[in-house]
Amino acid sequence: MIWVDTIVQGILLGGLYALFAAGLSLVFGIMRLVNLAHGDLIVLAAFLILTVVNLLGLNPFVAALIAAPVMFAVGWLLQSYVLNRVLGDDILPPLLVTFGLSVVIQNGLLESFSADSQKLSAGPIEAASLPLGPITVGVMPLLTLISAVVVIFALNQLFYRTKLGQAFRATSDDAVTAGLMGIRPRNVFAIATGIAMVVATIAALYLGIRANFDPSIGPARLIYAFEAVIIGGLGSLWGTLAGGILIGVAQALGAAVNPEWQILAGHIAFVIVLLIRPRGLFPRAND
Amino acid sequence: MMTNSSKSTLSRGITALVFLALVFVPVIGSRAMVQDLFMVLTLLVLALNWNMLAGFAGLVSVGQQAFVGIGAYAMFGGVILWGWDPLPAILLGGVAAMFLSLPIAFFTFRLNGAYFAIGTWVSAEIVRLSVAQWKALGGGTGTSLPKGTTKDMFGVPQIKDLLGVSSSAAADALTYWLALGLAVVTLLAGYVFLRSRMGLGLQAIRDNVEAARSVGVDPLRLKALVFVLSAFGTGLCGALLFIQITRVSPDAAFSVVDWTAFVIFITVIGGIGTLPGPVVGVLVFYILQRVLADYGTVYLIVLGLIGIVIMLFARKGLWGMFTEKTGIELLPLRHKSLQRSER
Repeated sequence: MIWVDTIVQGILLGGLYALFAAGLSLVFGIMRLVNLAHGDLIVLAAFLILTVVNLLGLNPFVAALIAAPVMFAVGWLLQSYVLNRVLGDDILPPLLVTFGLSVVIQNGLLESFSADSQKLSAGPIEAASLPLGPITVGVMPLLTLISAVVVIFALNQLFYRTKLGQAFRATSDDAVTAGLMGIRPRNVFAIATGIAMVVATIAALYLGIRANFDPSIGPARLIYAFEAVIIGGLGSLWGTLAGGILIGVAQALGAAVNPEWQILAGHIAFVIVLLIRPRGLFPRAND
Repeated sequence: MMTNSSKSTLSRGITALVFLALVFVPVIGSRAMVQDLFMVLTLLVLALNWNMLAGFAGLVSVGQQAFVGIGAYAMFGGVILWGWDPLPAILLGGVAAMFLSLPIAFFTFRLNGAYFAIGTWVSAEIVRLSVAQWKALGGGTGTSLPKGTTKDMFGVPQIKDLLGVSSSAAADALTYWLALGLAVVTLLAGYVFLRSRMGLGLQAIRDNVEAARSVGVDPLRLKALVFVLSAFGTGLCGALLFIQITRVSPDAAFSVVDWTAFVIFITVIGGIGTLPGPVVGVLVFYILQRVLADYGTVYLIVLGLIGIVIMLFARKGLWGMFTEKTGIELLPLRHKSLQRSER
């Protein structure tokens, strides 16, 4: 029974990682941009929610509704004025620019909010739990997983059922031809990054409620998100969810054997999957 | 009006003078200066190696801290567990890093482009977490070199007598000279390698993989060679660094910020894909660090912003701008064509 419990906890943890990874996966799938600052942008969103909570005395869930459009604007501006300039065949410039951005955001937050641990307080729901057959699950972890599924379902609907999604897919397949059809790739990219930042805000909400955060934790979260995206396969959002859950389960199993092995087990699962399938579990695109 | 080639000769003369001055720093300079320059030189070695990977072989690694860390730990293992003198233990560090690079290359070379960067990062994390399980060297908290190890190091008594300084100052001088030697050898080895047939192949790959393949260049073999060699250099440097630091812990030895982030900025600011770039970058880095020392992490923000601006507007960095403006080339990589052209 302990094993069932461990695996369920792992799946729930995977929901959080999938949420971290969903925005990354979207941007990666559409413009092949590896955003090394994604983790720090999530932390930035968490501090933004915290600021709104402190200023207006709102519940974090409501505060996130205010933070989300702000983050959309941040993503839109970032893509329009910085990242669009470095997209191209050479992968070095975008990697280095987002790397620089990561350092700037991290230390900017450190200067303005200090290195103290912060937490978003959501009230009694934090400690609530549900009996689920023989095991008990926390309401917050369950809510996180459900949110991850909803976010990924919504992104998929957007991708395959709307005009905007059509533009996304067209630009992803061939930006030049899409341009000939009257789509402006730079505009499409800016909107995509804006949406990714809205998803990052949702991730930040759960990050902040479920654990302490400080300006320096971005990269540590980012590495799990990247693992989820890469294991899942480029451009597949459901693959990202599967990847997140795989990492979560591996970590939970590792921790059950020896608490020191939690993180290590996740990384090793990542390596094993890629040794067997270098392009991930469900690759959509051909690169 | 000087021609470009006479300007280049002049600047080569200046370079030689600077090198001579650097050799004599432990004789005439203060101990603090020796220690500062030691850190600058070791960062330079790391940057030269990373530049070789990312700038010339197209391998953007974010996991070089794996090799710094394993170099440091192998050196500590040699000294503490097997009673070696620290100097041969430095070599052990380099060799250990080289061996570690083989499985890492086996895994990461299957991933292309950006996946490769993440793969190296995860690999470094795996090594860090595994080393933290090595209880004989202190596990997660780390350990220190036994007291007096560096004072009894091979060569230290002679330097002590020669310069008439304390044992610790003599040890500083020795590690400093080793760092200087390593930096010069790395720079020259990089130059010789890039001018060689293999180096030419490497640059051909960078410019156009298909074309390079069609004339018989094997990209995988060449890139793997660069990866393994730069792991060796990075491991040596890691071992040397931690002789000076004298205390090792997984978090310090495998720090992504200290051994990879700084190194990336140094290379990018100086000029990625140019040989003198890292030298320029490390000077800028050092000056920034000193000038902004009183403002906490502000220098990191400034460093990040400069890196971004350089990538957006001047991809070949400060050295690239300098070469373009003045026509001066140190360590030129271009081969003169057989037919003399008018200049």
